[in-house]
Amino acid sequence: MKEILKSFWQKLFGDSVRAFGVVSLVFLASLAIAPAKNFFSEWRHYQHGYLRMIRNRSDANTLQRHFQGGIQQIWLPELGVTDRCTSCHVGLKEAGLTDVGTQPFRKHPAIPHAIDQFGCTVCHRGQGAATTVAEAHNSTLAWEQPILPAKYIESSCGECHRGSVPGTPQLTQGRQLLSRYGCVHCHTVKRPDGSTMKPTDDPPSLSHIADKTSREWVYAWLKDPQAYATTATMPNFKLSDDDARDMSAFLIANSTPLPGDTATLTAKPASDPAAGPSLYGESFCASCHAVQNAAGNLVGGDVGPELTRVGSKVKPEWLQAWLRSPRVYDAETAMPHYRFSDPQVATLSGFLLAKADSDLLANVHLDAATPQQIAHGKRLVSDYGCASCHEIAGIKKPENFAPELSRIGSKPVTQLIFLPGMPHTLPDYIAGKIKQPRAFSPGLKMPQYSFGPAQIDALTTALLALNDRASTLPPSLTVPAVPESSYEPAGKAGKLMSDLACFSCHRINGHGGTMAPDLTWEGSSVQRQWLVEFLKNPNTLRPSLIRRMPRFNLTDGEVKELTDYMMTVYQSPSVDRDSMLLSGYTPGQIELGKQLFYGKYSCQGCHIVDTKTDKGYIGPTLTHVGSRLTAAWIFEWMKNPQALRPGTAEPNRAMSDGDARALTAFLISQKGGAKQEVAKK
Amino acid sequence: MTRAPAIVLSVVVALGASLATSCSRKPASAAALKPTAFGAAIVESSGGKQIAQTGGLLPQPVIVQVNDEQGTAVTGALVDFSGPAGVSFDPASALTDSSGQVTTNVSLGGMAGRYKVTASTIDKAHKTVEITLDEIALGYSQTLGRQLNEQYCERCHNPESTVERVSNYDNLEVKPHPFTEGDTYNKISDADLTAIISHGGPALNKSALMPAWGNTLSKSEIQALISYIRAVSDPPIRNAGPVYAKN
Ligand code: HEC
Repeated sequence: MKEILKSFWQKLFGDSVRAFGVVSLVFLASLAIAPAKNFFSEWRHYQHGYLRMIRNRSDANTLQRHFQGGIQQIWLPELGVTDRCTSCHVGLKEAGLTDVGTQPFRKHPAIPHAIDQFGCTVCHRGQGAATTVAEAHNSTLAWEQPILPAKYIESSCGECHRGSVPGTPQLTQGRQLLSRYGCVHCHTVKRPDGSTMKPTDDPPSLSHIADKTSREWVYAWLKDPQAYATTATMPNFKLSDDDARDMSAFLIANSTPLPGDTATLTAKPASDPAAGPSLYGESFCASCHAVQNAAGNLVGGDVGPELTRVGSKVKPEWLQAWLRSPRVYDAETAMPHYRFSDPQVATLSGFLLAKADSDLLANVHLDAATPQQIAHGKRLVSDYGCASCHEIAGIKKPENFAPELSRIGSKPVTQLIFLPGMPHTLPDYIAGKIKQPRAFSPGLKMPQYSFGPAQIDALTTALLALNDRASTLPPSLTVPAVPESSYEPAGKAGKLMSDLACFSCHRINGHGGTMAPDLTWEGSSVQRQWLVEFLKNPNTLRPSLIRRMPRFNLTDGEVKELTDYMMTVYQSPSVDRDSMLLSGYTPGQIELGKQLFYGKYSCQGCHIVDTKTDKGYIGPTLTHVGSRLTAAWIFEWMKNPQALRPGTAEPNRAMSDGDARALTAFLISQKGGAKQEVAKK
Repeated sequence: MTRAPAIVLSVVVALGASLATSCSRKPASAAALKPTAFGAAIVESSGGKQIAQTGGLLPQPVIVQVNDEQGTAVTGALVDFSGPAGVSFDPASALTDSSGQVTTNVSLGGMAGRYKVTASTIDKAHKTVEITLDEIALGYSQTLGRQLNEQYCERCHNPESTVERVSNYDNLEVKPHPFTEGDTYNKISDADLTAIISHGGPALNKSALMPAWGNTLSKSEIQALISYIRAVSDPPIRNAGPVYAKN
């Protein structure tokens, strides 16, 4: 062996000339490595492919002219972008290449940002400086940020756009779900702008739960909330029978009665088959509460809890007290204080109590609780962090019960523990945790949610947007969210409005729900007398809406209080409601307006003025508009509806003053001569 | 001797490649399913012609059914789902249930366009029978267009009512065309679509019941609406862009 090596050495370096020759050859060869690597590089391969592809196209000349060979780079220091992606993705900016489906040559789809100003990795992540596909797209030892799968791409929009943006429904949905399902009760989420995400699920206090329901129901609910209501946002803690028994024992034993919380009515709950459904319907309970119909479909809103099986849950005395005055039990509830009479309460509670499911509690048999069980239940209630969401007398809300998620989108993969078979990426980890948290370890406390796959994708998208880049962007590069308004109306009227929970549906000065019209400028828009009548007896303005304004049985005094306040305070600076007359327009003007209405602008497509001929079903019925709206409001509305109510579906027709005045004359003359009879579909 | 660099390079590349493959962790593939029965045909039960966002889940699962020669549902037949790169199925294969059906959740690929997804099964003669469904992935501008459609247009243009709102379609004296009606929309140029949306029906000698939106929507919003109309039209317009199919 040694001999062979020796002779080999001799052969190569035997004499100095030969040695020089060999060494220089090796030297030359090593010099050639870099150019060869360059020559065989992937990007060059793709650029050749691109040139071959465009050769036979009709627009070859243009494409050829735009083509630049060699490594391309977008450098944006303020964004931390050094992106060489365009070295392979050659056709990104070529408008002509929309028909090309093969990557990396596709034209980038239209988005509101220019590639030159934002680069690629700001949205797609991955390693911008890399010049090979593997390094650019995958995670490597040196760089673990792989390219972001397309389904989470909206998370990148969320890094800069702190509020909701049009065109990113998944991000918006994910952010809403974080609040709606109360994730943020346990997990602190500080947005990059410093504000903290607030839950919107409004979990009830459990301090007086025994007034409301039975221990059996609590047990069944703890075991499986969705068995009671498919829409329940409460997750399943996968409790053992014994644990659920002890927790229900504690919660009931811990409950104290609340004065006024239960009621004894003079009238007994009546299950009147006709009056019950009709009062439920007239009160538009379904605007907020869903009920499963015979076909198994949920019908109704999701502001309040589902009522499919409410009769198996609530105690009659509690339900009646609640219907009579919900704020006694829950001062913050979104439920309005309907001024129901005692017979109405009896009718409605009878109707609701009949919504029972005999199977729900059929197999729940609990013996009287022992002190040990109660003590054990208390420990469990603390351990599971129930008080993170619910107020429970004697148990403090735990601080930092679950890991903070404010920067979860940048969590290093090396810090994650994956399930066997799971791809080792952060998005897969987050999605996996949301899907089945206890799969990661049976001892984990995070409960099981019933999210569908689309909801999991949305939540993952929203969480990925909470990352280091988002938190460290200079404010000049971000688009802040519209700050949440904490507007509260003042005085007696303000108290009345919160008692009636107007803000559960209506928005005023940026605060409140979006189910019903924005009332910020109601005082400029409507006539006083109409408002008085409407509050007393709301009729339907928009026939196509399934959700409507309920009747609250207000007293004359209350109506006056509300009307005075709204007419004075809710006025638009751009509409002087007394600047135009409510009558006295010439027949000529009115006739001209009528022609414009049915001709040029064809308003009957969406509105009804004459119930005999018009059928439009989108906008409000206008048969009585002359006694409802002020002329000045109609005029300004004709000129620019979006200026008065942003986002309204009414198109801006850029009307001349003349047309707007004629239409105002026509509309203000509609004082409801014909009886309103809207065909209901 | 001149090939030395190439050899050196190929060694380096090979090393790199093997390193890369050993590092990329593939999820363990599900244990192979064994069919207990064989059908003669595979048909769609539901889930074709759906719309999702790029990379996103179809709103409803895809359900296919395997039947025998008599058209009776077959239980225990193996169904495999496949599609172009980027499309994923959960599950990707399964045995038909007691009603002869298999249900799968489908995520479309990352590029906007039309996707062909295939469900196949093996018949008694070991021949593959398959069915192909068309699905649509919307990119950013089409998604924006879809949102604008929901806000401003759909109540007239879509004859179907939703739980939230009653359609206005039946109330219109002149009926608009649903945006999925390719036979109508494919004949209208982008310029004409822009004109009628901006200036209303009379711009194309059509009814004034179609309002003008040019002062309400920006040019790019109208463009987004058109890209949405083009994306959902059935049949698709010529030059609608790439169709993604298996291989
Ligand atoms: C008030 C109801 C209404 C609304 C809202 C509406 N349209 Fe129309 N649209 C029509 C009617 C009616 C026609 C048919 C006109 C004709 O055929 O004479 C039409 C026709 C069209 C056409 C021409 C193709 C056809 O069906 O004849 C396009 C394109 C169109 N609308 C786009 C839109 C867009 C985009 C929006 C939303 C920004 C919209 N429309 C909103 C009623 C409406």
